[in-house]
Amino acid sequence: MNDMAQKRVIVVGGGLAGLAAAMKLAEDNVAVDLFSLVPVKRSHSVCAQGGINACNEVARQQGYSEWEHFYETLKGGDFLANQPPVLDMARMAPNVIDLLDRMGVPFNRTSEGYRALRLFGGSLFKRTHYAGATTGQQLLYALDEQCRRWEVEGRITKYEFWDFLWPVLDDSGRCVGIVAQDLRTMQIRSFRADAVVMATGGNGLIFGQSTMSVICTGSASARCYAAGAWLGNPEFVQVHPTAIPGEDKCRLMSESARGEGGRIWVPKKKGDSRQPNSIPEEERDYFLERLYPKYKNIVPRDIATREIFYICEQGFGVGNGQMVYLDLTEKSTGIKYEELKKKLGGILEIYEKFVGVDPLLEPMRIYPAVHYSMGGLWVGFEKDSKPFEADGKGGVGGGMKHGSPKNQMTNVPGLYAAGEADYQYHGANRLGANSLLSCIFTGLFMGPSVKNYIESQKGAAAELPSGIFDARVRDEQGKLQKLLKANGDQNPYVLQRELGKTMSDNVTIIRVNSRMKKTLALIEDLKQRFQTKLGMPDGSTWSNQTVGFARAVWDMMLLSEAITKGAIAREESRGAHFKIPDDKAERIDIPLDARALPRDDHNWLKSTIASYKNGTCELSYEPVDIALAEPVKRDYGKTTGAAAAAAATKPVEEPVAAK
Amino acid sequence: MTAATSGNKAPIVLRIKRQDTPTGEAYWETFSIPYKPNMNITSVLQAIAGNPVTTEGKKTAPLNYDAACLEEVCGSCTMVINGRARQACSALIDHIRAEVGDGPIVIEPMSKFPVVRDLMVDRTRMFENLKRIKGWIPVDGYYNQGHGPKIDPEQQEEMYAMSRCMTCGCCLEACPQFTKDNHFVGAQVISQVKYFNMHPTGDVHADERLEAVMGEGGITDCGNAQNCVKVCPKEIPLVDSIGAVGRAATVYSIKKFFTK
Repeated sequence: MNDMAQKRVIVVGGGLAGLAAAMKLAEDNVAVDLFSLVPVKRSHSVCAQGGINACNEVARQQGYSEWEHFYETLKGGDFLANQPPVLDMARMAPNVIDLLDRMGVPFNRTSEGYRALRLFGGSLFKRTHYAGATTGQQLLYALDEQCRRWEVEGRITKYEFWDFLWPVLDDSGRCVGIVAQDLRTMQIRSFRADAVVMATGGNGLIFGQSTMSVICTGSASARCYAAGAWLGNPEFVQVHPTAIPGEDKCRLMSESARGEGGRIWVPKKKGDSRQPNSIPEEERDYFLERLYPKYKNIVPRDIATREIFYICEQGFGVGNGQMVYLDLTEKSTGIKYEELKKKLGGILEIYEKFVGVDPLLEPMRIYPAVHYSMGGLWVGFEKDSKPFEADGKGGVGGGMKHGSPKNQMTNVPGLYAAGEADYQYHGANRLGANSLLSCIFTGLFMGPSVKNYIESQKGAAAELPSGIFDARVRDEQGKLQKLLKANGDQNPYVLQRELGKTMSDNVTIIRVNSRMKKTLALIEDLKQRFQTKLGMPDGSTWSNQTVGFARAVWDMMLLSEAITKGAIAREESRGAHFKIPDDKAERIDIPLDARALPRDDHNWLKSTIASYKNGTCELSYEPVDIALAEPVKRDYGKTTGAAAAAAATKPVEEPVAAK
Repeated sequence: MTAATSGNKAPIVLRIKRQDTPTGEAYWETFSIPYKPNMNITSVLQAIAGNPVTTEGKKTAPLNYDAACLEEVCGSCTMVINGRARQACSALIDHIRAEVGDGPIVIEPMSKFPVVRDLMVDRTRMFENLKRIKGWIPVDGYYNQGHGPKIDPEQQEEMYAMSRCMTCGCCLEACPQFTKDNHFVGAQVISQVKYFNMHPTGDVHADERLEAVMGEGGITDCGNAQNCVKVCPKEIPLVDSIGAVGRAATVYSIKKFFTK
């Protein structure tokens, strides 16, 4: 047995995944150093609104189970996710909810005092737990509080306002620490660790305005990638169907607005300039209900996003623009003002606050926006040696081997990833209310794996010679000095906007190779300009945000390249990745589905692995573990032609389990 | 569409109080940015960052300020805008113009916390106070032990309102008793005492939490100005919290007196 007293784990990122990992490790007697760009309580997890999925006793009695949750997650992700990890996530979900409940999360309650449930996309069962309209904030605070408790006990040490710069690898390629920078004093130094957990979230800023926080640049993942860690499925980027367009960012309008009865529509007449409330029912096209009579407005996100895109592409968008109505008025939903106000208070507040209109009195104007990175750092897992056996719940066996050091480990030994920063749980598209779950699940589940790994390693990182650490610190100091002295004419914020525009225009909802190749050329040009013409408008050596941002702009370019190359290479449509051949790009007379390449399991049921070699992105592939469930066509009951027209006139039916 | 549009498309002028280092002298710079519909203070600061030039044509550094979610839920971008502490992200230009016209908008860092640089301040004190009051539910551990206590929906609603506190500091900036140099705990942490003490498991530490907000700098230093509740962006009933914790502290001290 090694001297565990000397061993430490570094967790980078203080959102749900990072905090869950930190508190679990702390409980198991491991000393944790927790790094974050911001006070961890301000991490992006606060933005999650709608809820967190788990099988529960009510849904179970209606025919739902952990297996169903697992299957919905696979199907929602178009069968690209490795199945054993997803199975464990679905199995553990009810325990995660119980733990959060014990830790004081103010989940909404039924009149009897039980946890309330709501309906969410991709399911016909109520399996989403929620705390008002700020579920993410409430969960993050509960975990933040537990970490504060460990901080007081000395088990967790926080480094807030620190930027992760580089992983330190020893001669054998193991990760043994990090280099980081204090964003106030600008001091760069190394920290030793026997394992490092990256829980640094998604990369929405690559696309300019997204629903993500402005700290979500993906830079930490990009730095690991540049240091040799692989990215998995980088091309899979979720575009949320309902966001409020904004100059500084797009603000999310939660899926719960639709789960609670919100309806999406456009005027039947192109360019109808009347106020939405004065457009009569029969002159409105509730196109999701018309096309998907079973799931209606709660079809999975990628599908809703594309239908909104297409209806606008055909010129039916509000005011001929890129906008549709999301209607929560009593007139449209038949639900009383007070009832919706109570259920969706926080969400509606966002619209009122940022647009200045009460969305219960006037339909909201919304449009899709980049929301979640399904791709991320590639992580492995070890399969349970016990084969799967069904038991009417989540079954036994067939998942991951609990506590295996391989679970959540990247290809770099000792470097782990969790939460949105990893690629493992959502396949080609994430289901609503599964992100909070995957973050907390991975953080908790990896605790024993990380602990077993550090116990298995001979010696402690604290005993290693200082040479490898000092060398990485010098590298980073050199990069910083170069940036501080950059005196060209290219402003880093302007470069990021240019990158964001091309990525958002060409590598999001629909993907056309000829357009993406131009984007790739532009990224190359931006990289050149960054290296030769960058101008640093702030030369300060105290609390210099601009230089930190510029450093992240470079990282965003590296990730953009991996995303775009992955998307060009993947000659199929799957989940959020929707490929239209060059010659059909402009054919708006043909529906999107008919223009796109189909899913191609024969050639493309495989995970993309992007590795950074010789200054560029190289792609390879590995098979998906589909041991548990046969991939089937991902069909949410879309009707076409006459059937759709007939369905459109039918009265609205409640989803089976909603009553 | 936007309810409060002043109709004025004149350039947006910001007068910003800057400071290069914690000990440096404060100074002012003025910027002018072309108007666009639906802008907020954050998007104006972003526009400045892309071309950091003052109205006098002087090249300067982009503004340093904390920012993260831009949805008024993380608490980062709190600053003093036209004399009022609030989040830059939810400060809409059209609304400000509708209220006070299109004159220069004055932006300063919060005055109750040490300045780090420009509009960025050090709010460590708020987080340290959360440690002092044992701001957590002392669960046995993170292994499976079934669900938590059943909670009445009315109690949940009351707790939820307090649990939305994002540690932004508006209540402390507005409080006449809370200063840079004293030790007054302030409304933020007092409300959190009520929150954790309301929870059936959190109740275990109830007395220690009350102790933490008693004595010097404690709850009795509250001057009842009630500014806190007026500026809270989350509309947390802070005055009710102060009242409830004050009463609990009194009961506790009497009980302590007789059981000593």
